[in-house]
Amino acid sequence: MSLITTLARLEAVRAGRAQARATVLHRHLSDRPLAFVPLTTAGEAGAPLGAMVGTDRDAPRLLVVAQPRDRDLRFAFLADLAEAVLPYVESYADGVEAEERKETDPETGRKVPVEVELCTDAPQLLVPSAAGVEFVRLLGRSMRFRRTAEDDPDTPYPAPARVPLLGRWLTHYGERSRVPGSSLLLPMTGLLSRHWATGQSHVEDQHLGALLAWIDPPEGESGAEAALRAETGRGPDGLLCCPPAGPATDPAFDNRLLAPATARYDAARAAGSPAALSRAEAEIRDLLASQLRPSWDALWRGADLLRTLPEGARVADRWKRDRWSYTGHRDRVRAGEPPQPKRDDAVAAAQKLAVRETAQARLDAQEALDDPLVMAERRVAGEAFAGRVTEVEMAYSDAKVPRPRPLVTVLTEDRPQLAESAKVYRALAGGKTQTGEFVSYAPGGPVVRLTGGMGRGKVPEEGSVPQEGDHVCWTLFEHAPRGGPELPDAEAVPWTHGGPPAAVAEAPDPVTDEDFV
Amino acid sequence: MTGAEASTEPLGGAGASAGALGAAAPGPGAAAARATAAILRDTLHGAHRGVVVDSPPGAGKSTLVVRAARELAAAGRPLMIVAQTNAQVDDLVDRLATAEPDLPVGRLHSSDPNPYDPALDQHPAVVTSARAAELTGLDVVVSTAAKWAHTKGVEPWGHAIVDEAYQMRSDALLAVAGLFERALFVGDPGQLDPFSVVGAEQWAGLAYDPSASAVSTLLAHNPELPQHRLPVSWRLPASAAPLVSAAFYPYTPFRSGTGHGDRRLSFGVRSDGSAADRVLDEAAESGWGLLELPARHTPRTDPEAVRAVALVVRRLLDRGGAASSERAEEPVPLTADRIAVGTAHRDQAAAVRAALADLGVPGVTVDTANRLQGREFDVTVVLHPLSGRPDATAFHLETGRLCVLASRHRHACVVVCRAGVTELLDDHPSTEPVQLGVTVKFPDGWEAMMSTLDQWSGHRVVWRP
Repeated sequence: MSLITTLARLEAVRAGRAQARATVLHRHLSDRPLAFVPLTTAGEAGAPLGAMVGTDRDAPRLLVVAQPRDRDLRFAFLADLAEAVLPYVESYADGVEAEERKETDPETGRKVPVEVELCTDAPQLLVPSAAGVEFVRLLGRSMRFRRTAEDDPDTPYPAPARVPLLGRWLTHYGERSRVPGSSLLLPMTGLLSRHWATGQSHVEDQHLGALLAWIDPPEGESGAEAALRAETGRGPDGLLCCPPAGPATDPAFDNRLLAPATARYDAARAAGSPAALSRAEAEIRDLLASQLRPSWDALWRGADLLRTLPEGARVADRWKRDRWSYTGHRDRVRAGEPPQPKRDDAVAAAQKLAVRETAQARLDAQEALDDPLVMAERRVAGEAFAGRVTEVEMAYSDAKVPRPRPLVTVLTEDRPQLAESAKVYRALAGGKTQTGEFVSYAPGGPVVRLTGGMGRGKVPEEGSVPQEGDHVCWTLFEHAPRGGPELPDAEAVPWTHGGPPAAVAEAPDPVTDEDFV
Repeated sequence: MTGAEASTEPLGGAGASAGALGAAAPGPGAAAARATAAILRDTLHGAHRGVVVDSPPGAGKSTLVVRAARELAAAGRPLMIVAQTNAQVDDLVDRLATAEPDLPVGRLHSSDPNPYDPALDQHPAVVTSARAAELTGLDVVVSTAAKWAHTKGVEPWGHAIVDEAYQMRSDALLAVAGLFERALFVGDPGQLDPFSVVGAEQWAGLAYDPSASAVSTLLAHNPELPQHRLPVSWRLPASAAPLVSAAFYPYTPFRSGTGHGDRRLSFGVRSDGSAADRVLDEAAESGWGLLELPARHTPRTDPEAVRAVALVVRRLLDRGGAASSERAEEPVPLTADRIAVGTAHRDQAAAVRAALADLGVPGVTVDTANRLQGREFDVTVVLHPLSGRPDATAFHLETGRLCVLASRHRHACVVVCRAGVTELLDDHPSTEPVQLGVTVKFPDGWEAMMSTLDQWSGHRVVWRP
């Protein structure tokens, strides 16, 4: 935790409400996100209990599994979920623009520009908390390998037609959410705690109700009191006033209300009474709605709070990468490619790790450049310095054709950790980056030799060299980090990593006695 | 890094004393020579595509790499060497060229400005280039893993040596392994593991987990490869080797190449009775010193502890230290370039540098454990990773971090730490989740912290500000 965040948390305790950690919004927030609040069954891994889903905050679609241990009902739920989610996901597939991209020509081996489609916007999924993201991933994994009757007419328990496709999309969104700075699938708790520091611990920040209580406490109440009430307050019926944002449910709710209602449902089914059955089902729907609705409303309230912040200047750049990710998966689905494999192979795993490390470095740099409060964190940590230019001395390089290498002295109170001839970077107007090199300390501050961003001529371009009195901010970190090296093809895995994959596909798990329990 | 700072131990042979070991056991020189011979036999004539060598701190790893490189070159086998940092590459090239001035060595470097140490230009047989194609045909080509990973369209090498293989990540090996047929992997399993700035839990337990070390992936896929171990540390003195071996290498013990009387640290100026002087006397006498500050929770750059570190270094120089060892007949004056300060965090290192500058002490190396890996000094002063902390995180408990800090010295090591670390450890048992399929490393950081502190408490000097 950075010093400034620690300070903000201390101030939050003293002030009784959350303090800003950012002055701009650092993630893309869609105009029309799809909110998804899932609930899971206690004690049964991956058995959904119900969900609220939709793009209209006033008209959520409620999906319920009356008996979660009945797999037919579970499939019916998943089929309904597919009908609620897929039309939204697919509605972005056809709005495209043309983009030029460099691709390797298979014949010449050269990089040639190719015109490709890029979706102009992408669907965005919002869930209440990090556990919700994990549940999306779990749902994706449980669905994408299911076989439909169309895939295989002989499959004993065919899945509804669109369920495997939903599994593939949820898997893609779950995997994308692991890329730092991506915005396709976001947990509301993560979004809020990125932008506000509360007076409670990180673990407590995972509770959406408590987090909102700190950020926007009710009139006349401190954040700490409101958060405590959100976490532990129970009504006369012994139920939590603010039910957990899922997917886990409140055990008191499970025991006192849900278990008896499910028992009534089972009894009605056993008795074969349609009226009693629909009555029992309606009762379960009402119960789950009572647990889901507060989280649903909290999620939209969180989105409202976030929308009070203006979007950071470089957020669109990262959202464009998300759009590429969406477009790429759309193309794979359209091309009829098989679902994502159970496990990444060696090359895919290394590629993903490289992409995420680059994305993390890019995110760290872009957030700092977009937001003076984040830059302040980096300045306190000695990774950047800002100040007024006190002297500019023109100098040239020793090359045959001398290049301008002006020396700029910066008056600053920051204490950057500058090693000898350390590289420094400065954002120029127009999105370009100027490079420099630390020379020495003059009285007042460091001297930087400009090494780039001045054009190609003998005379630096207009406005590319700071003037005396200008306020400048140099960073010790790169602004546009480079990606990792090219990796071998999956078919050419070297002997150190197990060699090329076997020609035959992985055998299915052997059938054991336990499969027939 | 220059050659002078790095270890230059003999690889066995005569010269080293048998020390306190019994007459029946072979001397350390003989044991090391036998291990080296077996490694070279497997490398040059073995049936396997790979050979793995585990080397404890200062066991002559670099000397082994140079020797293996020369023998492979002499046998007419084109060799590429993969090191992890540019400093390591420059150091290796310098050693190779110094050991055999006629050997054609290529230094493959990046296209950044000042990509390599200009000192290499004084070796006539060393060729430098940013393009691998310009270096083909040379007996040995050396570069970093990062640069090799961008090398394409060249004929693969018959042989490779991968240096610091335990600090190389599995994905880095994946990117370069297509460039060679066979390889010798050399490294220290006790030092810092490679890390990733993003979570990699989803691949934990897979044999090719990209965030794991290159050696663990290699051995998971090729369990039949011969594994060797260098048995003698030429760097660590007889006072340090047993502690480091027991605390960090419990199942692969090693010993010191020198005996208890072989190294001595003495001062020209007598102690003034201050805590800094007393801890220096203790360290000179026993090889270890623990300067204990009063218990307190502090920010990372604890001003009091930082000042204590700087003061110890200042007194070390002021008192005219001299080091006698098997390397020279006469005691060698202890100069600033033979002293290092090790910390856990970069801001701590920066604070110590500033404090040393205030005391007018230039030329002392101050760096984090990550950057001190592979380096060697006469005396080190260590700011304990847990000093003044309210919590013990996985970062601070990492075994390799403490191991690096406690194994850089030839003569003595002074640890500066606030009291209360044992209580802190009691309050923070290791809680890292157990991942299926991942080999559990022994010892864990918690155990290593406890056992080293237990030993050091016998050399404690209490500091009263």
